[in-house]
Amino acid sequence: MDALFTQMFLGALFFGAITAAVPLLLAGLGEQMSEKAGVLNIGIEGMMIAGAYFGFLTAYQAESIWLGFIGGAAAGLAVALVMALLCVRLGLNQIVIGIGLTLGLEGLTALLHHIQFSRTYPRLPAPQILEIPLLADIPVIGPALFKHHPMVYLSVALVFVMIFLYRRTQFGLNLQAAGDKPAALDVAGVDVATTRTVAVLATGALAGIGGAYLANVGAGLFVPFITNGAGFLGIVLAMLARGRPMWVLFGALLFGVSLALTTALQVAGINIPTDVIQMIPFLAVIVMLVVFGRRSSLPAALGIPYQRGER
Amino acid sequence: MSTDALQASDNPEPRPRAELLSALGHRILLTVGPILVSLIIAGLILVFVGVDPIKYYAYVLDRGLFSPSGIQQTLTRMAPMLFLAAGLIVAFRAGIWNLGVDGQFLLGAVTAAASAPLLVAVVPAWLAAVIAFVIAACVAMAWSLVPALLKAYHGVNEIITTLMMTFLGISLANVLVKLAFLDPNTTVPQTRTLPVEDRLPRLFDTTISSGLLLGLVAIIAVHILMTRTAFGLKLRTVGANPHAAIHAGLNVPRLTVAVFALSAGLAGLAGAVDIIGVQGNVRADWNPGYGLLVIPMVFLARFNGFAAIGFVLLLSVLSIGGESAARRLGVPNHFTLVLIATVLIVLAIVEYVDSRFLKKTRA
Repeated sequence: MDALFTQMFLGALFFGAITAAVPLLLAGLGEQMSEKAGVLNIGIEGMMIAGAYFGFLTAYQAESIWLGFIGGAAAGLAVALVMALLCVRLGLNQIVIGIGLTLGLEGLTALLHHIQFSRTYPRLPAPQILEIPLLADIPVIGPALFKHHPMVYLSVALVFVMIFLYRRTQFGLNLQAAGDKPAALDVAGVDVATTRTVAVLATGALAGIGGAYLANVGAGLFVPFITNGAGFLGIVLAMLARGRPMWVLFGALLFGVSLALTTALQVAGINIPTDVIQMIPFLAVIVMLVVFGRRSSLPAALGIPYQRGER
Repeated sequence: MSTDALQASDNPEPRPRAELLSALGHRILLTVGPILVSLIIAGLILVFVGVDPIKYYAYVLDRGLFSPSGIQQTLTRMAPMLFLAAGLIVAFRAGIWNLGVDGQFLLGAVTAAASAPLLVAVVPAWLAAVIAFVIAACVAMAWSLVPALLKAYHGVNEIITTLMMTFLGISLANVLVKLAFLDPNTTVPQTRTLPVEDRLPRLFDTTISSGLLLGLVAIIAVHILMTRTAFGLKLRTVGANPHAAIHAGLNVPRLTVAVFALSAGLAGLAGAVDIIGVQGNVRADWNPGYGLLVIPMVFLARFNGFAAIGFVLLLSVLSIGGESAARRLGVPNHFTLVLIATVLIVLAIVEYVDSRFLKKTRA
């Protein structure tokens, strides 16, 4: 009896951890790309909430979770387009525009949701699950790790795509140069603005998919302000990861476990305020920073718009 | 250039004044114009939603600015925002991106709310308020110590650390309200309530909290500190170029810690002034999120204290008016966020157009 309970508890914990980690992973990977290219994308929270709302709306109207992801990506992309136009092309302050977009989209999605659904919160049908053959049969961890929506496996695969992109491709090098020494990239004949624009747009699409996952798969419904700081967590993850996609994955899992621990403990009947558990990952990271305290190696030109001909 | 100087020396009095006036007019035009444009853009959203924008705006202006009770609420709401703006100006001018003011604000608010009702039992109300303010400032300063030391001595980017500390701070504030400072006499999780007569006095016969004056004093003091004193010059040097500051013989790590302490202390005071002045207690999960609204305002004010007062007033009018409109006209309060964001983005674009095209043609 006891063993069975522990098994169920652990199973629920790991399953929940992965569900909670995926949006953070997608946001973190996206933000990492922007930061590599030298754009501090504070608007990512806005891109996520736009993805969550339009992703949900598409999935709800079209009755397809996959179309929902496309809708979410399109919405994130649209917000990123505004960000790229204003912050990369025109060189406006990235913090002002980023916070502006976040506030505006949080308000706009809440407003649209209110008009469309008033105070009802329609649910989507449960998402289809892809079981990985054989692996899913492992006791405890099998169902927890290998019985998820296909998007989970895709986003983990994306980590390796990113590693390949940064390490092995010309475009990856261009991104790095756009963040570290844009003038050098410009001299090499590559357009800095285009490189950065591509990075910001990719961030938007990834954040939009992350938001859509949060609403469609994670919650099954949209409520205003559903992202609740997930985008900001993505910024934290990207900065802590220092340019390494694998670290974003580990970081996202760490935060995912603590988010899942809250619900898992409540299921187990242990009554610890959720706020206490939510503090754990931040405490862990801060203790790590204090103990190891190494210089965070951020791109040299992070947050600085590039204007050709300026010093 | 030389003809300008000549004319100015020939006729010293009227010319500069006219120039000053035209520059001031230019600034006002550049502020009022974008706000009007934003009102039109946001108005289109209202039309889409099925609300008469003119009626809505008239209501917001009436409730936020022109009606006696509205303007009093607006001015009261400004107090915590002014303290936050002051704290942000210190940090941003010194090149430190303290994005964690919301956590510092909440912890200041919670400790002020916990201490003030106990203090009034033993000391006079004014002394209780002073002590609560000091406690709030100290707690917020302590909260900024980790990011400050990591930045000063390890060069760890403060955007990550302050963002993390703000998440941590919001959770900690909730834990404190729910577990430590719970009012045993109510079923709702909240701190003990400070009696209305022990709160900050109201100004004259109005309902405006005197916190407004404290906020104005704070932001003007910060403006003078940063622009007119040697200490402010040192901080601005660190902000402009930390490497040059080291060569100028400044103790950059110590100044960095000082900036964090000042900035967080002011954010803590913002929390205290909202509690001791207006709210009286902190409810569980209370987080007004002023910080995220004030940060862009401070940028738009170009870190200038006086300009920040204007932007904070604008923010306050929109939020008070928007709240009333939400209750009366059925437009959800979320629209206020859309409106504020539109104003922000349009103002930023106009700033760009001005510095890129208009200034060039004048020069």
